[in-house]
Amino acid sequence: MRFIEPDGSFAPTPEAEPLREIVDALDDRALEQMYRDMAVTRAFDQQATMLQRQGQLALWPPSLGQEAAQVGSARAARPQDTIFPSYREHAVVKVRGVDLVSVLALMRSATHGGWDPTDPKNGNTRLYTLVLGTQVPHATGFAMGLGFDGRTATGDADKDEAVIVYYGDGAASEGDVHEAMVFAASYHTPQLFFLQNNHWAISVPVKTQAAAPLADRSAGYGIPTLRIDGNDVLASYAATRMYLDEARAGGGPRAIEAVTYRMGAHTTSDDPTKYRTKDEEAAWARRDPIARMRAFLENRGAGSEFFADVDQEGEALAADVRTRIAAWPDPDPSSMFAHVYSEPHALVEQQAAWLAEYEASFEGGAA
Amino acid sequence: MTFETMPFARAMNAGLRRAMEENPRVMLMGEDIGKLGGVFRVTEHLQRDFGENRVLDTPLAEAGIVGSAIGLAMAGFRPVVEIQFDGFVFPAFDQITTQLAKLTNRHEGAIRMPVVIRIPYGGHIGAIEHHQESPEAYFAHTPGLRVVSPSTPNDAYWMIQDAIASDDPVIFMEPKSRYWQKGEVDTGHRAADLHATRVIRSGSDVTLVGHGAMVSVLLQAASIAEGEGISCEVVDLRSLSPIDYDPIIESVRSTGRMVWAQEAPGTTSLAGEIAATVAERAFYSLEAPVMRVTGFDVPFPPAKLESFYLPDADRVLEAVDRVLAF
Repeated sequence: MRFIEPDGSFAPTPEAEPLREIVDALDDRALEQMYRDMAVTRAFDQQATMLQRQGQLALWPPSLGQEAAQVGSARAARPQDTIFPSYREHAVVKVRGVDLVSVLALMRSATHGGWDPTDPKNGNTRLYTLVLGTQVPHATGFAMGLGFDGRTATGDADKDEAVIVYYGDGAASEGDVHEAMVFAASYHTPQLFFLQNNHWAISVPVKTQAAAPLADRSAGYGIPTLRIDGNDVLASYAATRMYLDEARAGGGPRAIEAVTYRMGAHTTSDDPTKYRTKDEEAAWARRDPIARMRAFLENRGAGSEFFADVDQEGEALAADVRTRIAAWPDPDPSSMFAHVYSEPHALVEQQAAWLAEYEASFEGGAA
Repeated sequence: MTFETMPFARAMNAGLRRAMEENPRVMLMGEDIGKLGGVFRVTEHLQRDFGENRVLDTPLAEAGIVGSAIGLAMAGFRPVVEIQFDGFVFPAFDQITTQLAKLTNRHEGAIRMPVVIRIPYGGHIGAIEHHQESPEAYFAHTPGLRVVSPSTPNDAYWMIQDAIASDDPVIFMEPKSRYWQKGEVDTGHRAADLHATRVIRSGSDVTLVGHGAMVSVLLQAASIAEGEGISCEVVDLRSLSPIDYDPIIESVRSTGRMVWAQEAPGTTSLAGEIAATVAERAFYSLEAPVMRVTGFDVPFPPAKLESFYLPDADRVLEAVDRVLAF
């Protein structure tokens, strides 16, 4: 399912035609915003890779190449929706309002979290989750709760809530994903399973995860599923918009397999030259989601001023996070004890007091 | 009068019912807990009385149950999960240890995880493999979890309510061989805090400590010992994490000797942790090393052999003899 060809021409495939009016409703400003989201996130992402090389981050998992799948789906979500990301959804969390320096703080290992999902400014974006697939049943449980509390399926699309959960082709092999689908189908949850098939789980190709299309799996649980060109931001937007609205209207869970490509390494610790070819990378470079959207917008008449402005915003964001993360303070040692439990816990409190006293016993106040 | 005599399982049921009546956000999830009332009937009639949205007969998938319970807690519910048997908790182990236990910490306190995981555990019921195990040490070892185990109907009634009221995740270990044991429940008055260790029999020669089904074994041993002129103090641990050491230390300071008993294999278990802590804190009061009576370091055997595996009063008394011989 695709609206925009890799060369930027608007040519909806037959599967895309039924969703045509969702795309037709987007004005120039909305379309340009999607390009802006993708390009600015890429500037941030590339800056983050450099920050890791400079020793500012422990690790960086690039979102390079997956911007269309992420931006289209995130822009399709409504403000009241809740987002459960995995750990590579930098464009998604940006669109939802999370300060991206928080993601850098997480990958600097200055925190295990980074932002407060209950703070409205973060757009109901839950934290990144590093154990693959574990966030998927959380999303299903959350969506079950929406149903039990009548926060969905009242017929008001501006208020009815729904959930998107992101995961990848590697995580698709995890039992948690399958169990979450069983629960979602049984409890008819207002939920979209958004699978980014980026073809590689570190070094293992998707063909090892799945002998049949991954989209067949969710369909097998009775969950309506679309397989889309994940490098077409409009395909991602339209499919997500339709499915989320069907789910929030009481239609039950939906699933999307966005076929995309991890153009970068798994993380900065990875070396893709050991397991994939330059030819493959070059073939996918020709399907770059940002170049595609740029060509599409240029065909519609977007001028160089617009693109220069976007580039400038990307550079400004990169410079901003670079400055802020370099000055990021290490957490206070006492913080590791602070939130292990919500309620008082004598043992943890004793250990916190012991460490403070121990550190204070050294000349100058620290070991 | 608020006293009522009932079996442990019914006390659990009454405690769950009261928690559900008092807080509409409390909900139960598990396999066969609705129409059937659970394989041990702990949740009998609760679905009938509270409805299918508050008592869920879930799909048969433990990771899915705990994972979705976490999501429900994020949505403001207080889920109480039943794991059908001890040996079936492991499919959910990842969700419990990497997620449930760590989410409040990961969120730097921005969210709470009021989830209770009920696990019927332990032997003495003649069941087949995976149905008689004692996996409490895995959870007691995990920061972020609280682990408790009641040994009497009265504690079952109160501790389940207190566990549900806790804003932290609680692993609630139910000694399944005690489900049918009757006892007096004081529904008007809470006897002790959720995490309090309790001295339940006074004595002067040896302190016997354990939890769950072992408590009745320790009481039995104490009464046999009494006939032989040995006075045993019996301590019910009740809370496995955190551990309320003060009553144990106080008891050991007066007796000078301690025997610990548990069903779980001994290596890297509560036994060693408690023995080491007692040695650290009561070294000059001890007349003998703390002796540990535990399951052997083997998989729980076929039930035809369980009487050889499980600590009983005789094995406890053998250890009592050893500490007295110092």
